[in-house]
Amino acid sequence: MKLITAVIKPFKLDDVKAALEQFGIKGMTVSEASGYGRQRGHTEVYRGAEYQVDLVPKVRVEVLAEEDDAEDVIDVIVKAAQTGKIGDGKVWSVPVDTVVRVRTGERGPEAL
Amino acid sequence: MIDTGTTAWMITATALVLLMTPGLAFFYGGMTRAKSVLNMMMMSFVSIITVTIAWVLYGHSLAFGVAGNETVNKFVGGLDNIGLKGLFNTAYTGLIVDKAGDASTIADNFPNLVFSAFELTFAIITVALISGAIADRAKFGAWVVFSIVWATVVYFPVAHWVWGGGWLFSLGIEDFAGGTVVHINAGAAGLALALVLGKRTGWRKDPMRPHNLTLVLLGAGLLWFGWFGFNAGSELAVDQTTGLAFMNTQVATAAAAGAWILVEKLRDSHSTTLGVASGAVAGLVAITPAAGFVDPWVAVLLGAVAGAICAYAVGLKYKLGYDDSLDVVGVHLVGGVIGAVSLGFIAAYPFLPQQSKGLFYGGDLKQLGLQLLGPAVVGGYSFIASWIIGKIIDKTMGFRLTQEDEVTGIDITTHAETGYDLGTIHSSGVASLNGPAVPAEAKKVDA
Repeated sequence: MKLITAVIKPFKLDDVKAALEQFGIKGMTVSEASGYGRQRGHTEVYRGAEYQVDLVPKVRVEVLAEEDDAEDVIDVIVKAAQTGKIGDGKVWSVPVDTVVRVRTGERGPEAL
Repeated sequence: MIDTGTTAWMITATALVLLMTPGLAFFYGGMTRAKSVLNMMMMSFVSIITVTIAWVLYGHSLAFGVAGNETVNKFVGGLDNIGLKGLFNTAYTGLIVDKAGDASTIADNFPNLVFSAFELTFAIITVALISGAIADRAKFGAWVVFSIVWATVVYFPVAHWVWGGGWLFSLGIEDFAGGTVVHINAGAAGLALALVLGKRTGWRKDPMRPHNLTLVLLGAGLLWFGWFGFNAGSELAVDQTTGLAFMNTQVATAAAAGAWILVEKLRDSHSTTLGVASGAVAGLVAITPAAGFVDPWVAVLLGAVAGAICAYAVGLKYKLGYDDSLDVVGVHLVGGVIGAVSLGFIAAYPFLPQQSKGLFYGGDLKQLGLQLLGPAVVGGYSFIASWIIGKIIDKTMGFRLTQEDEVTGIDITTHAETGYDLGTIHSSGVASLNGPAVPAEAKKVDA
């Protein structure tokens, strides 16, 4: 199994969610995140004083998928989250040893 | 005789001016970081307490009493009205408007205690205004002491000089509603305290953005609303000048807010909410000394000039290197000076024909000289006295918070509270770890 983490633009969350549901992903964890990549932050001006704000608001989407589905899931996310402009975000996956459904105690792919 | 209409208006105006201090608390509170919003608001609220008590005990007497000795009376009022003695069952006799001419039409028309309460609210907000210069880092107890000492040593005497029959009053300096007494006075004191306390930890390195601009706008709105009482009430009567002051308050403020965001649009390419709020306050400050003395179309120009200049003046602190955190100097001192000095040029006195007009209306240089003298003397005195008071407090009880408490946040370290409880994990989690979230007192009752 793989844990796929996507850090995306907040306004793309609905598109990514819809695309994942259509693909057949049954659940996900979404959290608010801050960070920056190549686009760096932005500038805010208060009473004429400029503030360089390094961290940009992002949304982090975490999805568990079976080994064979992982690359497809990543493609689905990338396609849905892409605007082509700088600051679109990143997607990555890492291997997962164990997954347990808390309600039933099911383990592995059964728990997804 | 007591005039019922005038009395009703003056009571209303008093309540309006008092509301300005909670309004200021919101205006300032929103501009601090989230970790110090409560302390910022608390400094305004506690000023209501300390100044009110000082006012009743001796403040009114020092500001508006008459000293037996003529030389003493130039500088401070007497002690005849201590504890508000002598104000019961008497009517306000038109001290300020007297010299403008026909006292008989305006004298004896509302209770002296209403006059006293009205002037008290001015003393309160002047003290509260200073707190914006020392956001996030002042020991609360030290601020309480400062508020009492400053009101006693600076505000009450200065109010006496300009309004209470003191030496600036005798010279003929004009200050309709407090450009000099309130705003220049508070601005100079703020600068002094900012220097005594030093910069906030991390100034110019850490982001110190306003944490809640909706609060700032709420505060600006309340200030604008209350300022109608501040300016129109300062006529201390109901006549044509009251109406003029009322209208001028509106137009100068709108013009200043507009000018500020126009400067922003041209300079920073964005018009901001902080700009509209700050511009409104700058306009209110600038029109304060001039409200009853200038034509409305001139008030538009005065407001626009003040809004534009103050939009640049707030950047001075970065060039000069002092941390006047919420721009008491850039808005109140600069705006106050603009308004006070402008009277030397644009005073028209449409309803006071015997007054000497400003230069642009064919007046002489004397009035301009006086309008320059007032801000210089009051600003200078306030700066020096505030610096000395601040230093003495700093040497004895300490004025500056410890760095650890400041960085952790003055709300939690000084007041044991936090302004916002927005996270669900942190709020409920802590309570459940320590047992049910029931106040200690309630638990005892259960047992």
